[in-house]
Amino acid sequence: MKQEKYVILDANEAVADVAYRLNEIISIYPITPSSPMAEWADTWSARKRENLWGTVPEVVEMQSEGGAAGALHGALQTGALSTTFTASQGLLLMLPNLLKIVGELTPTVLHIAARTVATHALSIFGDHSDVMAARFTGCSMLAAASVQEAADMAVIAHVFSLESRIPVLHFFDGFRTSHEVNKIHTVNDDSLRQLISAEKIKEHRQRGLTPEHPVLRGTAQNPDVFFQAREAANMYYENAPEIAQQVMAKFAELTGRDYRIFEYYGHAEAERVIVIMGSAAVTVQETVKLLLEQDEKVGVVLVRLYRPFAVKRFVAALPSTVKKIAVLDRTKESGSSGEPLYLDCVAALHEAGKTFFETEVVGGRYGLSSKEFTPAMVKAVFENLTAEIPKKHFTIGIHDDISGSSLDFDPEFSIESAAVFRAVFYGLGSDGTVGANKNTIKIIGEKTNNFVQGYFVYDSKKSGSITISHLRFGKQQIRAPYLIEKSNYVGCHQAAFLEQRDVLETIISGGTFLLNTHYDVEKVWHSLPRITQEQLIRKKLSFYVIDAEKISKQAGMGRRINTIMQVCFFATCGILPREEAIEAIKDSIHKTYGNKGHSVVDKNIKAVEMTLAHLHEISVPEKVTSCLERRNAVPEGAPDFVRNVLGRIIAGKGESLPVSALPADGTFPTNTARWEKRNISSEVPVWDPEVCIQCGKCSMVCPHGVIRAKVYDEYFLQKSPENFLSTEVREKSWKGKKYTLQISLEDCTGCGICVDVCPAKNKSVTRLKAINMRPSLSLREQEVENWNFFLSLPEMDRREIDADKIPQQQLQQPLFEFSGACSGCGETPYIKLATQLFGDRMVVANATGCSSIYGANLPTTPYSQNSEGRGPAWSNSLFEDNAEFGLGFRISLDQKKIMAEKLLAQLTQKVGEKIVSAIMKVDQSNEAGIYEQRQNVEILKETLRKINEAETDKLLELADNLLRKSVWIIGGDGWAYDIGFGGLDHVLASGRNVNILVLDTEVYSNTGGQTSKATPTGAVAKFSAGGKESPKKDLGLIAMSYANVYVASVAMGANDTHTLRTFIEAEAYDGPSLIIAYSHCIAHGINMTTAMQNQKKLVNSGQWQLYSYHPDRFAEGINPLRMVSKPAQQSLEEYFHLENRFKMLQKSDPETAKRLVRKSEKVLKERRAFYEHLASRNFTDMKQDN
Amino acid sequence: MDLSTTYLGMKLRSPIIPAASPLAEEIDNICMMEDAGAAAVILPSLFEEQLLSESNSLHHHLSYGTDSSPEALSYFPDPADLNLGPEEYLKLIQQAKVTVDIPIIASLNGDTDGGWVNYARQIENAGADALELNIYAIQTNMNLSGEEVEAEYVNIVKNVRSCTSLPLAVKLTPFFTNLGNMAKRIVEAGADALVLFNRFQQPDIDLKNLSLYPHYLPSRPFENRLPLTWIGILYKRLAVDFAAVRGLETAEDVLKMLMVGANVTMMASAIYKNGIHHIRTVEQDLARWMEENEYSSIAQMRGSMSQLNCEDPSAFERTQYIRTATTHLPVLP
Repeated sequence: MKQEKYVILDANEAVADVAYRLNEIISIYPITPSSPMAEWADTWSARKRENLWGTVPEVVEMQSEGGAAGALHGALQTGALSTTFTASQGLLLMLPNLLKIVGELTPTVLHIAARTVATHALSIFGDHSDVMAARFTGCSMLAAASVQEAADMAVIAHVFSLESRIPVLHFFDGFRTSHEVNKIHTVNDDSLRQLISAEKIKEHRQRGLTPEHPVLRGTAQNPDVFFQAREAANMYYENAPEIAQQVMAKFAELTGRDYRIFEYYGHAEAERVIVIMGSAAVTVQETVKLLLEQDEKVGVVLVRLYRPFAVKRFVAALPSTVKKIAVLDRTKESGSSGEPLYLDCVAALHEAGKTFFETEVVGGRYGLSSKEFTPAMVKAVFENLTAEIPKKHFTIGIHDDISGSSLDFDPEFSIESAAVFRAVFYGLGSDGTVGANKNTIKIIGEKTNNFVQGYFVYDSKKSGSITISHLRFGKQQIRAPYLIEKSNYVGCHQAAFLEQRDVLETIISGGTFLLNTHYDVEKVWHSLPRITQEQLIRKKLSFYVIDAEKISKQAGMGRRINTIMQVCFFATCGILPREEAIEAIKDSIHKTYGNKGHSVVDKNIKAVEMTLAHLHEISVPEKVTSCLERRNAVPEGAPDFVRNVLGRIIAGKGESLPVSALPADGTFPTNTARWEKRNISSEVPVWDPEVCIQCGKCSMVCPHGVIRAKVYDEYFLQKSPENFLSTEVREKSWKGKKYTLQISLEDCTGCGICVDVCPAKNKSVTRLKAINMRPSLSLREQEVENWNFFLSLPEMDRREIDADKIPQQQLQQPLFEFSGACSGCGETPYIKLATQLFGDRMVVANATGCSSIYGANLPTTPYSQNSEGRGPAWSNSLFEDNAEFGLGFRISLDQKKIMAEKLLAQLTQKVGEKIVSAIMKVDQSNEAGIYEQRQNVEILKETLRKINEAETDKLLELADNLLRKSVWIIGGDGWAYDIGFGGLDHVLASGRNVNILVLDTEVYSNTGGQTSKATPTGAVAKFSAGGKESPKKDLGLIAMSYANVYVASVAMGANDTHTLRTFIEAEAYDGPSLIIAYSHCIAHGINMTTAMQNQKKLVNSGQWQLYSYHPDRFAEGINPLRMVSKPAQQSLEEYFHLENRFKMLQKSDPETAKRLVRKSEKVLKERRAFYEHLASRNFTDMKQDN
Repeated sequence: MDLSTTYLGMKLRSPIIPAASPLAEEIDNICMMEDAGAAAVILPSLFEEQLLSESNSLHHHLSYGTDSSPEALSYFPDPADLNLGPEEYLKLIQQAKVTVDIPIIASLNGDTDGGWVNYARQIENAGADALELNIYAIQTNMNLSGEEVEAEYVNIVKNVRSCTSLPLAVKLTPFFTNLGNMAKRIVEAGADALVLFNRFQQPDIDLKNLSLYPHYLPSRPFENRLPLTWIGILYKRLAVDFAAVRGLETAEDVLKMLMVGANVTMMASAIYKNGIHHIRTVEQDLARWMEENEYSSIAQMRGSMSQLNCEDPSAFERTQYIRTATTHLPVLP
């Protein structure tokens, strides 16, 4: 046996490494948490890494998982060794193809980072609901329980599939295993060659379609033979478990790692046994180990090969002494008689006959959506089995106070070994904490004989997100797939967290606490909250501080404190001698940053060298002196649900919410982000009324809705706070009124876009504008008071606002505010604009993606309500069906309107002709009409309530449908150009009045910047590492081909007036409207503060055209296409130089970069010429006389 | 007729060289320059500061937003190899060397002591025939004395001289209190040629947006008086070659520079304005003038109008200023 080297990686990388070496074609589509597997494969392919047989596998990105499965099927059918990676809905989209692939007995492996399937809500986290939904396909299902197992099962799966001819779903727990970093062995090429049968590969190839040996596959069969043909494959399934076990045996011979398809661990005469698969099985095994020491007769059966379910082998794995079995499923099948694994076990035991006739079997659910599953819970499950009548169909890990399904557990029970060093780090996403910890793991794993484990928890915000890193080190393999509950070490990389959460919650007595703080040694104790001081004293902690920002600034590293905090950790944890650790860090800096240039390396080295001199140990006083208490998660005055439920989630205590606290159908209130005051920016814009020209541009571009303007009568200022600013309004028609531009300091992310677009400069100091960034700390109290007062000022009557003019339109209240989108997001200004214009009558169908995450990821939503309680109603169905989903809204709303109008006509006599006539005649195309209709409907409803008859009640139910409803279908380019294009095309063709807003970032932003068909030529993105060759799909042109679709292309930063006009025209058009909105994105590698300027250059270079195509112009005898932007006025190369996505190629492959610039120029020139040709056609003959 | 000259120890077929400019970033343009008769090519400057800035910017954008969101732990593919050093520039030298026969003179603008030295070495290894140091700094630090600034210049030349055997030209600014002394010290530090003079690019103001913006202005003919004067003064006083650059467009301009002592003349704005073939035109005009005026070689005329050899040496000095000022004072009505 050849000893394999240890490597430190996560399961995604480990599995991708195997899949890459054993395949020739890899068809993929990004989906969390499996995307990294595809990205690794693509990276290796781009670097020309060869597979086991010396060829470079081709990685092809498809338009959806359905497409990836189709390509996989095709590649397999023509004899290639092919694979794919997926999860969750992606796997569901592959099901039809899987049935075909299985039916044709085609060997392949799908590697799945198992993830929750969306039900009442989407979740990106892990459980088995996706793989369980694929049971019926007939695929083999092989579960891996750890990073090491995932690497090994990936190999076994490929060999097993080739040997058995049954496709394999190889799955491991999303995030918990896919993203856990661990120290493992990988299987070397020699072993792979010995495992993979050349003969089986040859057979697979020989089954491939070729005209040289033509066959027919995929026939249509009739009742006479279909059934028999289905049964013809039975023998393959009967043989499969034996084959799987043989493969595992051969694998053990070569690697020393011995696996069983059902693996029993526990007491030889166990009476209580848990059956389980996935990472939780490791937790059960480790807990059983401890319970055995306490003489408990317990055991666990770890299921590896779940399908085909080998009944006899399962039964054989159980000790004959077993009396009670708990089968744990990481999924929920509502309405079933039990979850899948439970039912399989029950059936198996039943088939086993007498042996287990009296064995009691109970089923339980655990760990949905990566819910923690801990040793304490394992203990509780075993304890349940000691009950005379154990609870059946129980849940564990939650508190079910409604149906009483949950088992109680003791949260203090722990099996953490004292031999394992455990450290927890709190950081910001932007400060590099996670990166530093990943590096630390590598250093310790590589430089010492320690085993390592790293797991990282992120919150759901895209700006100011908090990360919590869980690191374990020890002399034995780390087998603990759950978060650290008792830590030896806590690093708090942002002192502000101490006010927000109990950072020292997990630390044990005598542990070490490292704090990054601005306070110097003398003052730091007094800066701490009371509870922190109390814990430092009570737990006798060693306490170290450093001002890492100070060092990072001096070293030229900005806000990245990763290297500095890493040095501090090594200096205070004692795992490695200081000097050795520092040398290792330096070495890792060279490895990590070597390809980023020597200055990057130099800065980090400089930071390392400066750190120790600034690290101080603080002598902990004996008494608590602080009166500072932790801040409440939400302010006083928040509604009950916000305080009691959402507030708990904000505070990081969502785990403790009982079932009763949560809605059963996934319905949540809007208007909640306003309560989540995050205070994440150290700088905020401050208004200078003397300089301001009241143009409204700052509030229009603000991605987070924190800049608002109001015009109001002066007498409202009577009770204004002392520092509240106002000035005379400049708009002539409102002469005499006051104007205020107010910033919501606590919600600002400090992106600075507002300041960048402000066109008004101070005439004496031109670096100053009408708004300027200022430190927020000293302004907080004053501006919070000002904001609250500002909110109390009345909103402008919408009927008085000329919405065509930005300065006036921007007075409309945004009903989308304080989103957790990336600081400076390019998408959110468009959504905000739509809600200002139409939010009080808007229904939104939102495709999955960034906009659904910042739009509706708990705890709060930015969609809000006006003072009348009106606001956007929002829902997300799926990624792929959003256009159809929105069309459903339209059809339904129209139908209900027809029903209401019909009833209204029928009840004319009862409700009065006057009101009926008023309702039917009102023109709701403008604010005045909408206002009038709302009045009419209120009168009608009042009348109906008084009549109170069955028919009138029916109309009362439907009356609100007489009000105009604006249906918006919103999503990104991944949806519109790729996965949802078929549906979008169909909806465009439907002619129905829907407004489709495509937030075009030109990549899959939410999943980390993968190429879409909107990605332009020359851009580097994931799956286009060498620069995208093909041109950007022209979605607008495709839509125009229907002739009756309103189509417009906008870029707010380039032309805000055109943007505003487009939104108004699109919504007013009685038919489908498509707005393609250029949205700058963090994935472009740009300065987000000046991103709107990039949009100007984008348009000036001809890379993006502004136009509108209005079908109503036909009737006026005017060409429907109107070009708004001019032909290119500056070089494309100059624009490319602004964005890392293009610039990167110049640095990695200058020749290709140059070629692609030329290619882009040519394509854009041709596209422009074609558009100009279309826009210049004469349509006077089309004019219709009224 | 012999149009050849020597510069930096190299015999050149003519005294006309395209000055350092982005035109020479493209191999095709370098070929066209050779075809048009350029005696050598000065490559555009390798700016260390730009390399550092690009490297930092790339690192920033590759790491910005990473490890923040569970769905998007990064936003770009991991690049295996990035040319963040002078690789592209060195490749240009190598390509130019195998593509054309005329000498290739690299140009370097360092930012750190290590940068000047390291890049100079790498340029030599890449096969450049000579190196021009483009020392360009606008001092805004009022606490830095002129002596310190001058010492820094000298130091750079010394350091580079010590690390490379390449012929070394130093492109100077005219803004020294005593340019002659500075030139002398630069030569003593190891320069083989002085390139007179560098042009500072100043920003302009956009009145509409009240912002400063870089506005490249091509050199104007009157600007050649400065190199003309100083080459004329320094000729033969310093044992060094001279290259004249700034405001040169015509054969007449070239002739004047040669006559005050320049070994070669360099033009950039004129080539941008008239095209690369302008080199050929100037050469033809130069030859025609020489023929008409019965000059047989460049060597014959070189330095003939320098302060040392001219009829009126005082014309290069203060008396010239007094004469000019009094002669051209406008007459008030």
